Amino acid sequence: MTSDNGGVAQLKFRDPARARSLADALERIVAEIGRSPVSIMHVCGSHEQAIARFGLRATLPRSLNVIMGPGCPVCITDVPEVDEGVVLARHGVRLATYGDMLKVPGTSLSLADAQAEGARIDVVYSVAHAIELARRIDEPLVFFATGFETTAVATAAAVLRDPPPNFFVLSAHKYIPPVMEIVAEMPETRVEGFLAAGHAATITGWGVFEPFVERHHIPVVVAGFEPLDILAGLVKLAELVRDRRATVENMFPRCVTKEGNVRAQEQLWRVFRPIGGRWRGIAHVPNGNLRLRDEFAHLDARKQFDIDLHTLWDFAPPGLAQECICGDIMAGIKSPHDCALFGKACVPHSPVGACMVSSEGTCKIWHQYGGHPDLAATAEERNGGRDYCAR
Amino acid sequence: MTTVLDERITLRCGAGGQAMRALIREVLTDGLAREEMDGAIGLASMDDGAALRLGDQWLVVTTDSHVIQPAFFPGGDIGRLAVSGAVNDLAVMGATHVLALTCAVIIEEGFPREDLVRIQRSIRQTCEEAGAPIVTGDTKVMGRGELDGIVLNTTGIALTDRVVPDSGLRVGDVLIVTGTLGDHGMAVMARRHGLALDGELESDVAPINTLVRTALASAPGAIVAMKDPTRGGVASALHEMAEKSHVGIVIDEMAVPVTDQVRAAAELLGIDPLHIANEGKAVLGVRPDAVDVVLEALRAHPQGRNAVVIGRCVGERIGAVVLDTGFGRRLVTEPDGELLPRIC
Repeated sequence: MTSDNGGVAQLKFRDPARARSLADALERIVAEIGRSPVSIMHVCGSHEQAIARFGLRATLPRSLNVIMGPGCPVCITDVPEVDEGVVLARHGVRLATYGDMLKVPGTSLSLADAQAEGARIDVVYSVAHAIELARRIDEPLVFFATGFETTAVATAAAVLRDPPPNFFVLSAHKYIPPVMEIVAEMPETRVEGFLAAGHAATITGWGVFEPFVERHHIPVVVAGFEPLDILAGLVKLAELVRDRRATVENMFPRCVTKEGNVRAQEQLWRVFRPIGGRWRGIAHVPNGNLRLRDEFAHLDARKQFDIDLHTLWDFAPPGLAQECICGDIMAGIKSPHDCALFGKACVPHSPVGACMVSSEGTCKIWHQYGGHPDLAATAEERNGGRDYCAR
Repeated sequence: MTTVLDERITLRCGAGGQAMRALIREVLTDGLAREEMDGAIGLASMDDGAALRLGDQWLVVTTDSHVIQPAFFPGGDIGRLAVSGAVNDLAVMGATHVLALTCAVIIEEGFPREDLVRIQRSIRQTCEEAGAPIVTGDTKVMGRGELDGIVLNTTGIALTDRVVPDSGLRVGDVLIVTGTLGDHGMAVMARRHGLALDGELESDVAPINTLVRTALASAPGAIVAMKDPTRGGVASALHEMAEKSHVGIVIDEMAVPVTDQVRAAAELLGIDPLHIANEGKAVLGVRPDAVDVVLEALRAHPQGRNAVVIGRCVGERIGAVVLDTGFGRRLVTEPDGELLPRIC
């Protein structure tokens, strides 16, 4: 029911009292580390969303710098990949994609811009939804496939399940583990620990991070997506940093095993091969992009359609993207105020880099809050407590 | 940054939030607004309707065009939406006795007559519920492909002794919503995107003038601001109220009433219930000492059973809306463009 209990179904992992005790523990452990800032990075769009959605950032210790890593698959979809979708759509090919891809900027247009010009783009919420749509129509449908392991596995399963002949895949899928190497190897990187995505780890297993931890001596904690999951993950990570222990810890054991979902991994690698490619605002990531194997060329939009990106270059704006310092911001080396584009050429409704696209990107947050978010209760509210809504 | 596309109007400008208000300002307010005399409310106020002095009363006028895909959705249809839209805009201006409505209908060639009859029947029934007569109207037919099915425009007029603007909040005032949030937008979105969960979702579209009348009568003068949280949801309504009233607003998320079905769908799609449109709800700004009596009156009305306090006005962060989630705090943003299901 709704309002009988104050309007929110109380989920097991949404207990504010437990959240407060975790936040207190985090404060204490970070103080024990005794350095400022302590920088840790999360590498998952769903973590970003949950941190933003529940306002967790406002409760984190000021000396704990939780950096948005290359974790939002939409934000790191690179300009040429968006351009491929835009070009196809502008040439009359019907496209299906996830809703949050629409606003991601390409060289000169986003998919939403192409839509405003008349291109046909259907928003779907799964690959199954796209296939269902393809079955209903008698023209080609290209599924612009984005996302990490979690959605790539779904695409792979669909590809193996004999999709209709008018269904094609434009893969912009990405694979997370290689980019963690890139961040760890950035000169001057200040990242001291990684919060890894629970749902991706259900596929890959937490064991996938062991070689990384051995190589770089940076701890990794696998965490789920409820506020308590995230806070507990941060507490564990802070403990590892404090104790100088570089291990992989699984804080999402209700879903994640060491081996992961072996069958899903088999399907993933049967359909896709990893190749190197750029991630927006970050770097060239060896083995970071997933492309269809030759065996599935008949489904591959890149092989079945002539995608000529030159058609977009006539009115491309000057290379703003080259001035973007997202990579340095993500590595914790620079802040948005060091960027010449921030708040001027790069704003939320017309973003240049990944950090301004994502709702929890550092630049988006700074733009919205005018700097570090600081929403502590006002004196007036503290005196009145929170009982004004208890009626 | 100027791009080629600034020369075109995009869907983003029609979906509520700042882009929509900018468009309204561009098309109507700039250039057409005149100085507002003697407490009157006109274009420049960008309120839910206009209020003009007429003897010792106020004449409240509002107009709205309605397009919706699909025209029939769980819980209602475009006819019910068009009548409720006009009636509710008047009601949240404080004018709950509707003098008259007009209705203009623009129909695409080939539109099924059967659907038109259903819509007409729905208009009639909704008018009866609201006690609102339609006194004049117009029909036009356009060629196939020149519009998408059917467009309805309704204009409403009503008289009232006291106008309630959306700008009357001051520090300490309490914010009440009259029921669960997000029902309309989520039902339509589920149907439009073919989500398999639409069976449980139902739009709240309804005229709420009698509900608002009950609340106003329960505490004369104590309801100082009202808004109907349609496009852009409660988030946009609160932003407008905070900005125009020069206060900050703090919302307690634990208190925000949302049905389990809407909450589940919203979590699945990654959409904030505060961003979703409502078509049978109001946000009320109430003086603190009248909160109990207003709540009691609302809850005694069948449309107000789930009425609840969701937050209050503070003297800091003027113009901003802060959400206390119980875990932390964040700024409530206004939706930017059409709400879209998310991947991450």
